[in-house]
Amino acid sequence: MNMLKMLTLTEARLLLREPLAFFWGVAFPMVLLTVMGLSAGRIDGVSLVAIYEPIVIAFISVAFGVQGIPVQIASYRQGRILRRLATTPAGPVRVIGAQLIVSLAVIFIATIGVLAVGRLGFGVPLPRRPWGFALVVIMSAAAMVAIGLLIGAVAPTARSAGAAGAVLFFPLMYFAGLWTPQMSASARHIGQFTPLGATTQALGDSMSGGWPHPAALAVLGGCTLACAGLAARFFRWE
Amino acid sequence: MTMNAGSTAIEVAGLRKAYGRKVALDDVSFSVAEGEIFGLLGRNGAGKSTTVDCLAGLRAPDQGRIRVGGLDPRRDHRELRQLLGVQLQESQLPDKLTVAEAMRLYASFYRHPAGIAGLLAMLDLDEKRNTRYRRLSGGQKQRLSIALALIGQPRIAILDELTTGLDPVARRDSWQLIDDIRNTGVTILLITHLMTEAERLCDRVAIMRDGRIVALGTPAALGRPTLEDAFVALTDRRVS
Repeated sequence: MNMLKMLTLTEARLLLREPLAFFWGVAFPMVLLTVMGLSAGRIDGVSLVAIYEPIVIAFISVAFGVQGIPVQIASYRQGRILRRLATTPAGPVRVIGAQLIVSLAVIFIATIGVLAVGRLGFGVPLPRRPWGFALVVIMSAAAMVAIGLLIGAVAPTARSAGAAGAVLFFPLMYFAGLWTPQMSASARHIGQFTPLGATTQALGDSMSGGWPHPAALAVLGGCTLACAGLAARFFRWE
Repeated sequence: MTMNAGSTAIEVAGLRKAYGRKVALDDVSFSVAEGEIFGLLGRNGAGKSTTVDCLAGLRAPDQGRIRVGGLDPRRDHRELRQLLGVQLQESQLPDKLTVAEAMRLYASFYRHPAGIAGLLAMLDLDEKRNTRYRRLSGGQKQRLSIALALIGQPRIAILDELTTGLDPVARRDSWQLIDDIRNTGVTILLITHLMTEAERLCDRVAIMRDGRIVALGTPAALGRPTLEDAFVALTDRRVS
């Protein structure tokens, strides 16, 4: 336990030394939400800031899960750090566990920050189903982290891991509604079977007082299990 | 679990490992006595790294018997990690981790870690304790890598291509350091392709070629007129 604690503290410290990752994953979602709030726009009577809140929350988990984790894992493999750890009592699995813990923790903290900006800055009500909302945040973060693990498992270099994360960013965030919050019926229909389309819809439901739809949770759970399983199966330690 | 002076620290018998049809190790046998500095020499691809991997439990041999400190590296890998320190070739650390942070982290992995301050002083890294890995010179990175291999107070240390890429002064400092480490009672397996290094440091050496040990003995006995001549004669296809 002491080893995992030390590894987690170390990974947290290293993340704090990456200002760019922090800007992209923590500050940028809040800035984007603020811009939407200041624009005071509305779609069908709903304020843009309320529409964008689930979208930027989905963004956070992509930034740390799909874009951050693969680069970390691949650079540790490339620098033979995983191999070096394999010769110590800690082993290579624990350091990846530590990276997952730190990433999930930062996603939660940044999500709370976004909710605070929406509530305090623009009067967006807090989720009326907080437990349903928390469940979706946890499950979508797990799904994005699992995708990140899978990329990190097979990407040979940090550079290719970064490229894969950047490419995946677009379809994932498209269906989350980053560019077109008001999607056509058919795009919305396809979107609900993608992890982040399911996420924004389920987050929106629980903000307005409903429970997240079981189908959305099934999509997220299925994505997590499939990606984590493939990552475990195909993980390259060197 | 206690070992007597004069007993065997590393024992390898009939080791064989193939990757597909390529035979990486073919009937490799040697043993290293407690307190000895034993050199494993050979050109690239001779099988040195595969031997290290098998000793460290990172790879399973196809055949053969290995004992490191009396332990089977595969079966007893948990115990092995406590008593074996490994310095891997080209292994790095995260760029933004400082020397002291790396030392504290690795110290937390072991039941009986060495004192960090003492180790940093011994390796002349005292003044660099708050320097990030990225800002260290090649020699300093190498010394930190040795420090991390020793932080668990291992009885046996494997040092792989220790001085590759170091300038002559840094190389000589490293040699002095290895002497100092041996004097603390640690058994050392040194992987190198520098003959001067092997002559200067090793009690005995094994020369590998194409996955086999082609010569084994003291540098003085093998090296006629010098170890380098013997090495070239044994490993250069154009000569033999």
